[in-house]
Amino acid sequence: MKHLTEYRDAHIVRRVLADITRETRDDRDYVMMEVCGGQTHSFVRSGIDRLLPERVTLVHGPGCPVCVTPLETVDRALAIAQRPGVIFTSYGDMLRVPGTSGDLFSVRAQGGDVRVVYSPLDAVKIAAENPDKQVVFLAIGFETTAPANAMSVVQAKRLGLKNYSVLVSHSCVPGAMRAILTSPGNRVQAFLAAGHVCAVMGFWEYHPLAEEFKVPIVVTGFEPVDLVRGVLATIRQLNEGRAEVENAYARVVSEPGSEEAQKLINEVFELGARAWRGIGEIPDSGLHLRDAYAEFDATRRFDVGHVRSVESTRCISGEILQGRKKPHECPAFGTECTPDHPLGATMVSNEGACAAYYRYAQDVEGAERAS
Amino acid sequence: MNTDPANAAFPKACPTPLLHHDRIVLGHGSGGRLTASLIEHLFQPLLSNPTLDRADDSALITCGSPVSGALAVSTDAHVVSPLVFPGGDIGRLAICGTVNDLAMVGAQPRWIAAAFIIEEGLAIETLRTIVRSMRTAADEAGVQVIAGDTKVAQRGKVDGLYITTTGVGVVPSGRDTHASNIRTGDAVLLSGPIGNHAIAVLAARGDLALQTDIRSDTAPLNQLVEAMFETGAEIHAMRDPTRGGLAASLNELATSSRASITVDEEAIPIDPDVAAACEILGFDPLHLANEGKLVAFVPERDAESVLAAMRSVAQGAGARRIGVVDDATPGRVAIRTPLGATRLVDMPAGELLPRIC
Repeated sequence: MKHLTEYRDAHIVRRVLADITRETRDDRDYVMMEVCGGQTHSFVRSGIDRLLPERVTLVHGPGCPVCVTPLETVDRALAIAQRPGVIFTSYGDMLRVPGTSGDLFSVRAQGGDVRVVYSPLDAVKIAAENPDKQVVFLAIGFETTAPANAMSVVQAKRLGLKNYSVLVSHSCVPGAMRAILTSPGNRVQAFLAAGHVCAVMGFWEYHPLAEEFKVPIVVTGFEPVDLVRGVLATIRQLNEGRAEVENAYARVVSEPGSEEAQKLINEVFELGARAWRGIGEIPDSGLHLRDAYAEFDATRRFDVGHVRSVESTRCISGEILQGRKKPHECPAFGTECTPDHPLGATMVSNEGACAAYYRYAQDVEGAERAS
Repeated sequence: MNTDPANAAFPKACPTPLLHHDRIVLGHGSGGRLTASLIEHLFQPLLSNPTLDRADDSALITCGSPVSGALAVSTDAHVVSPLVFPGGDIGRLAICGTVNDLAMVGAQPRWIAAAFIIEEGLAIETLRTIVRSMRTAADEAGVQVIAGDTKVAQRGKVDGLYITTTGVGVVPSGRDTHASNIRTGDAVLLSGPIGNHAIAVLAARGDLALQTDIRSDTAPLNQLVEAMFETGAEIHAMRDPTRGGLAASLNELATSSRASITVDEEAIPIDPDVAAACEILGFDPLHLANEGKLVAFVPERDAESVLAAMRSVAQGAGARRIGVVDDATPGRVAIRTPLGATRLVDMPAGELLPRIC
């Protein structure tokens, strides 16, 4: 933990914040999106969002894998998990995500065998130990979880497991960034790119975006010192009229990323369109199982491809995920929609913007200050 | 084994002493000889005291000194998986949980009644270890287990063993720790590092892929509470932050007293291993359960003497001042981050869920 303490040093953060304040011009606005939900949480938890100059606006991005998982995927998960003879495995924070009727917790309460795993390889282990059961893993996430999820499929194939399958809902960051930049009414001038995603993928993918849309993209980490350094680098680029891909998280991220992990992802998955909860379909923004691994596709194995779902009209998570609205601008925020009774996934996940606001900044003064 | 049909009508000729079983069978809860044997060979010797040993249908207790204050009564059902974890087990937990609930209202815990619901098939040796551990905890706390009951449920209907304990304590006159006593200006004191119990139990379940030496803090707090009262200070309010952690306890107190509680993030002690586990799993240490910690509200003028008294007792060795009651956010809990910004601390929602990445 000593290693991390260094990146939480309040003196360093204050010094960088002073630089930010000094270099922020008062004749212009700075609108930047932190892509990852983990960054949103860290901003709000540390209170940095309230210490930034008025002219700097943080727009909370769509980078929470739980929040952007389409309702349809959740409903398909619920349909599979209810089947007898199925052990349904998932990362913990998907269990409370509301589907059209109930969540995975309620399936478990009704007798479904729903288990939290910390890694998809644990799900493979469960499959090997329970040959008479069908074990399904809900494979969601960004590029960060894709290598492990791909590995589980490769391993199941190697072991010859016929009772393991994955319900895939993977999302990719560059496609989502492009969708935000091309959406009408976009306000985002720059991105704080998600450090963990870049640790896997590198940042070579971002050069075309920075050039085409003339936006600075600064690879940013998650600790307070990382965050303010990312913000400062972004402000400097905007001041100087530069639009470059810059690495402010060099202690973890390199330009090529992990080539081994990328190879594994490409072996199992291919890029394609996918639906983002609350946003809709975005081209080239998802990963799908390649034909060579189609036998591991839970959608086919359980024939739930026909399940279609309609979003609640009361939840504005789509506008929040695209940075058009702040959580407290939603009429249901904190009243009809709370972490105990979430209407949408942004209120469920630890990394969801609504949950972050509810937990850390529910006082309107702070919430407004952050907007 | 006696197979002579002539003896079949005389079951006494074929005794089935406890020692012939190494596991609990349904008969141990039948109320018959197996039950009696379990009590005679296991519960009674391990928990022995004159009141329990009378073996009546009810325990008869004499308060001794005239009770001028109130009697405090608390009951708590204990369910934990696994039954034994680093730093404790369900037996220690069952004593400490109830002792601590009594101590939080200023009571001096005296007597405990315990009901055991045991799963058919539980190893007798496991049960013995757990009951022995109850005795150790009861001795540490200075309480007696004076009544008990045992039921056995079919395999699969109970997760090993559930223990419900009911405790009775005597409240010396003048003690009142109700939340409504909290006043603006009160200092908020915490008896030691938080989160160890929750992480120890999670790690002991073996599904965290987490190697850790973290031990549960399960311990009776009544001696710590006595040391605090002995200073002569007014203890305005006390809570033991168990399920829901410090965040839940502080929020409950803020809500019911309408007080504004502001704590300092850097002042809250957290062991490095616990902090690291939280980091990896995405838990907030403020949401993690403790079983041997308390948070107290005392007038500022008494804060230093109470802190010194807390630190003089093993259970309070790591005591710290963590915050103050102000008037910034009535009914709410705020936390000052190391950067000097302030955010709210909310009640944790439902089950702890490890985050995805």
